[in-house]
Amino acid sequence: MDQETKRAIIMENYQNPLNRYRTEDKSYLKINTNNASCIDNLDIYIKFEGDLIKDITFDGEACAISISATSVMINNLIGKTKEEALDYIHNFYHMTNGDIYNEELLKDGNAYNDIYKQGNRKTCATLPFRGLEKAILESLK
Amino acid sequence: MNREDFPLLKEDIIYFDNSATSLKPTSVIEKMNDYYNNYPANAHRGDYDLSFKVNQEYEGARELVKEFINAEYLEEVVFTSGTTESLNMIVNGFFGNLLEAGDEVLITTSEHASNVLPWFHLVNKLGIKVNYIPLDDNYYVTLDNVKKALTPKTKVISLAGITNVIGDKRPIKEISKLAHDNNIFMVVDGAQMVPHIKVDVQDLDLDFLAFSGHKMCGPTGVGVLYGKKELLEHLEPINLGGGMNESFDNPDEVYLKPLPTRLEAGTQNIAGVIGLGEAIKYLNKIGMDKIGEQEHQLRKYLIDRLLPIKHIDIINFESDSGIVAFNVNKVFSQDVAYYLNKYNICVRAGNHCAKILKSSVGVNSTVRVSLYFYNTYEEIDNLVELLSDYNRIVKEMI
Repeated sequence: MDQETKRAIIMENYQNPLNRYRTEDKSYLKINTNNASCIDNLDIYIKFEGDLIKDITFDGEACAISISATSVMINNLIGKTKEEALDYIHNFYHMTNGDIYNEELLKDGNAYNDIYKQGNRKTCATLPFRGLEKAILESLK
Repeated sequence: MNREDFPLLKEDIIYFDNSATSLKPTSVIEKMNDYYNNYPANAHRGDYDLSFKVNQEYEGARELVKEFINAEYLEEVVFTSGTTESLNMIVNGFFGNLLEAGDEVLITTSEHASNVLPWFHLVNKLGIKVNYIPLDDNYYVTLDNVKKALTPKTKVISLAGITNVIGDKRPIKEISKLAHDNNIFMVVDGAQMVPHIKVDVQDLDLDFLAFSGHKMCGPTGVGVLYGKKELLEHLEPINLGGGMNESFDNPDEVYLKPLPTRLEAGTQNIAGVIGLGEAIKYLNKIGMDKIGEQEHQLRKYLIDRLLPIKHIDIINFESDSGIVAFNVNKVFSQDVAYYLNKYNICVRAGNHCAKILKSSVGVNSTVRVSLYFYNTYEEIDNLVELLSDYNRIVKEMI
């Protein structure tokens, strides 16, 4: 993926993020995810239906990388099973750590494949994924 | 000015995060190395020459602090790990034994967490009440507003001398007088004040003052608790152990050393204390008045250059310290900081540990430029040039 494409994906998802609204619907599980070292702070609302992720919305304040990554995550993971979502999340972590990962699986998530070079932005990109992972793991308990 | 004294400033870097911590001059670093290399013994023990030298240097630093803040007695200067520890000792060790349910402590919403959370702890432990002095339109504390916030139950006023987000200098002397006229204790968080302006604890008539070494050209991990002698006598040591006791046989027969040693249990941060002493010598050599004046001029220049930029909203353009807080229109503060970082400019983004301030200011986070005497007009020009091009910020913030 070339730099211009990556940039376009990040900016589009930052400026017009998918599902950026809070929901009062009680069938959604609410998870807060934040970065201790900075001020990124997001609430993520997830609706599970059995094993399926039926819907995800979010709300809060965070930097361009965090907001856009949340939007990308939502775009990729609605409709997936919990297992598929965890697989995506773990591959995203591998990418942001600079390790080998399944490039095809991540689709536009590849826009963040340079993040491993910027230590202080890695936590921004992974922020929503850590929140969703927590929610999935809790729902499996 | 004095840039040649700071090793980092020889690099291609612009350091504008002095409220978080200041740079350290070579003399301070060498003084600490000298201790570690040439006389690394413990203080207050041993009858050999090396240990004697350590003691001389350690107590010499106390003398330097005493003169620097014009304390009346040497015993009033206690070394701690920093402002946070000092404030926790004051709040828990002194006020924790004095205040009762219903007593009131006055602070503001722009205090640093270290001057909020210890008081919250006493709210939960003792049932005291924390009240807030209303801030004016510029987020300042005025004497009138302090008067209005007083009640017969007010026992303590605890304020930063200069705040770490708004950067306003509080009228501490006047507030202190008001406090004492009403039998109220006056506690000052000096973390952002002592490094930047001359502080005279007797002239200000402070009951307690806390500050850190690392924001005033000294090392990290060392700070000062100042307290009036008659009050410090009643500050209960939180740390008990070596170095602070005279003798002990059983729980009923424990005798503690006099001040200030009683409050410095265990082996102290000796290199840090000696380094802090050297930092004070360094600041004295330049002169606190000159330091304050230089910061004032730099700040004025920065504000004058930022004001015409339409997409920049300055939060505190009227305040009088070296702190400038602002936001770039529709750009998250952290993204601005990342953008500037690409050009080796260090600024801080966030709420700067003043988490209850957002309710007053109405913005959750800001970009903060905090200046010190070694910053320059050229550095400010570089910053302003990068901030003046909105499209460039948006383009390069990711």
